[in-house]
Amino acid sequence: MPDLCDLPAHELARRIRGGELSASDALDSALARVRAADGDPGRLDGPRDDGSKVHAFITLTETRARGQAKQVDAKIAAGEDPGPLAGVPFTVKDIFTVEGVLATAGSRILSNFVSPYTATPVERLEAAGGVMLGKVNLDEFTYGSSNESSAYQPAPRNPWDPSRVPGGSSGGSAAAVAAGEGALSLGTDTAGSVRQPAAFCGVVGIKPTYGRVSRYGLIAFGSSLDCPGPVARNVRDAAVALNAIAGPDPRDSTAAVVPVPDYAAELEKGVKGLRIGLSPDYDKISYFNHETGELESRPLLAEIAAAVVHAADTLANLGAEIVEAVPLPHTAYGIPAYFVISRVEAASNLHRYDGVKYGYRTNAKVEDLRELYRKTRAEGFGSQPKLRILMGMYVSAAQYSEQYYRRALQVRSLIRGDFDLVFDSKGKFQLDALLAATTPTTAFPVGAVYGDTVLMQYADQLTVPANHAGVPAISLPAGLNSERLPIGVQLIGTDFSEAALFRIGRAFEAATEAEAWRREKPSVLENLAG
Amino acid sequence: MRWILIIAERFERDGILTPMADQISPELFDHLVELASLELTGDEAEYLRGELNRQLKAIEELAAIPILGNTPLARHGVSYPADLRPAMREDHAEASGLSDEILAQAPETEGRYVVVPEIPHEELG
Repeated sequence: MPDLCDLPAHELARRIRGGELSASDALDSALARVRAADGDPGRLDGPRDDGSKVHAFITLTETRARGQAKQVDAKIAAGEDPGPLAGVPFTVKDIFTVEGVLATAGSRILSNFVSPYTATPVERLEAAGGVMLGKVNLDEFTYGSSNESSAYQPAPRNPWDPSRVPGGSSGGSAAAVAAGEGALSLGTDTAGSVRQPAAFCGVVGIKPTYGRVSRYGLIAFGSSLDCPGPVARNVRDAAVALNAIAGPDPRDSTAAVVPVPDYAAELEKGVKGLRIGLSPDYDKISYFNHETGELESRPLLAEIAAAVVHAADTLANLGAEIVEAVPLPHTAYGIPAYFVISRVEAASNLHRYDGVKYGYRTNAKVEDLRELYRKTRAEGFGSQPKLRILMGMYVSAAQYSEQYYRRALQVRSLIRGDFDLVFDSKGKFQLDALLAATTPTTAFPVGAVYGDTVLMQYADQLTVPANHAGVPAISLPAGLNSERLPIGVQLIGTDFSEAALFRIGRAFEAATEAEAWRREKPSVLENLAG
Repeated sequence: MRWILIIAERFERDGILTPMADQISPELFDHLVELASLELTGDEAEYLRGELNRQLKAIEELAAIPILGNTPLARHGVSYPADLRPAMREDHAEASGLSDEILAQAPETEGRYVVVPEIPHEELG
């Protein structure tokens, strides 16, 4: 019999709402798993090396969680509706604010910041009955794809193989969910930061349409790209979680006033007649050869390419129409355009950290205000934020912005145009979704890529186009490779088509339920059992 | 992992990892550091300037993309027609009720003022 913390979120909520189980019992089980599997939480100047634990957490909010669980149980006892996520333990990427709780962004510069208000998506998960376990680790200010850049060490490890990274930047979120430390987590996706760690850790992660979920209370990175999104162990849980957090918010002027459908209602409707595309532009990783001036490419790893083919075959057998050779010719330009747009936005967003109003201030003796800024920022930021500030300032400088920033925004139009063409309901392709690999590799070893910022960024080549275009995309577990590491595939849809993505994802999940890899567990959990 | 190593080798061969001419010279880099209100140690400066130049190499790819002059600038991916946007609220002040909590976060205060060191200034005339 599985531990309560390994049950799906929707199953936990059903039992708790039905009175079979108390929210406090569900919480006890999740906390016991955190104690057994997580090891030391990340802390400033903590040790980097540890080989066996998950280390998802920065701040465990046990007392707060116990209070919330008791409230859910009291509501049930009083005959009130405790909400669709009643008693479901969840974690929050430490880039969202929660009233009275540290909000570090994985950075020394916010290491003492206690937020006076709560982010809208967190508030909504709690209003739905969810019980927050605490804040989980990430790349510093979300700048990375491995979590190694966090100022809080040890950084999260991959529960399938703790010598490997969990991905990033929502690595703590994906690792916690995969390890049973909460059934759900709230992450953010700016270039793939929900989908890539979800793929690396064998869980589901969705980047909703830009504007589907409010960014109020999200510490900003790339404001035109950032999307809060849930991480879950199955498609239904992700759908229920997105239902809870989506919708307009008077505190975020970019939160669209588009009605939120009941994502769970159409989950089991199958894929018969849906048109799902495969694109040769997502079968490879492209990069620019400076000697020849040509764009060159490498195929994906064979095991990952095979997982995409397997997913397409599975969906075809269920009655979907697979449309091959769909052109998305500007996919390869996603990373260079992202290098520019995200850095300009990041630099702008990081100017506010100055040691004056809140957060870290240098202890050094300073002559004047400018020196206070310089020393505070030098000591408070790690190398990744510094790099983004410098790059953002350079490419947006008056003399270069035509060459870089304006051009990157035009490239973003071209990427958007690729998607508009293939999702056009009257066009040649009329796709309901595009199917592709989420990542070009499986989880890489700790230390293998970190420090090489160009190579690290190319890990996002297949996920970043959806951020440029603002369209939704969901990553689904699609198998394990020969080293027993998870492989993810993603479905990308048109604006506000999350319901269709969940429906296709659920059909794939149900059809592969009997496959052997679905019974495999992360090694961290096997070690607990034995 | 194999893919990463293959790409890394290619990057090295193609000059992405070892830029031929640095676009950002040490002098320009120091100017950027000053503008960014940062101070860097020698090792850190060397690493960051190297990464900056490598990233610029990757960005150069943008120059090779054929773009028609009338291609619009996309500030957001999702187009924001009026029917998707929330209506502007009335422009009036709303108290947050949080000023004490917010002030309590400031590293140094005096009464309800935030204290900073000497602000550099020049005497005029």
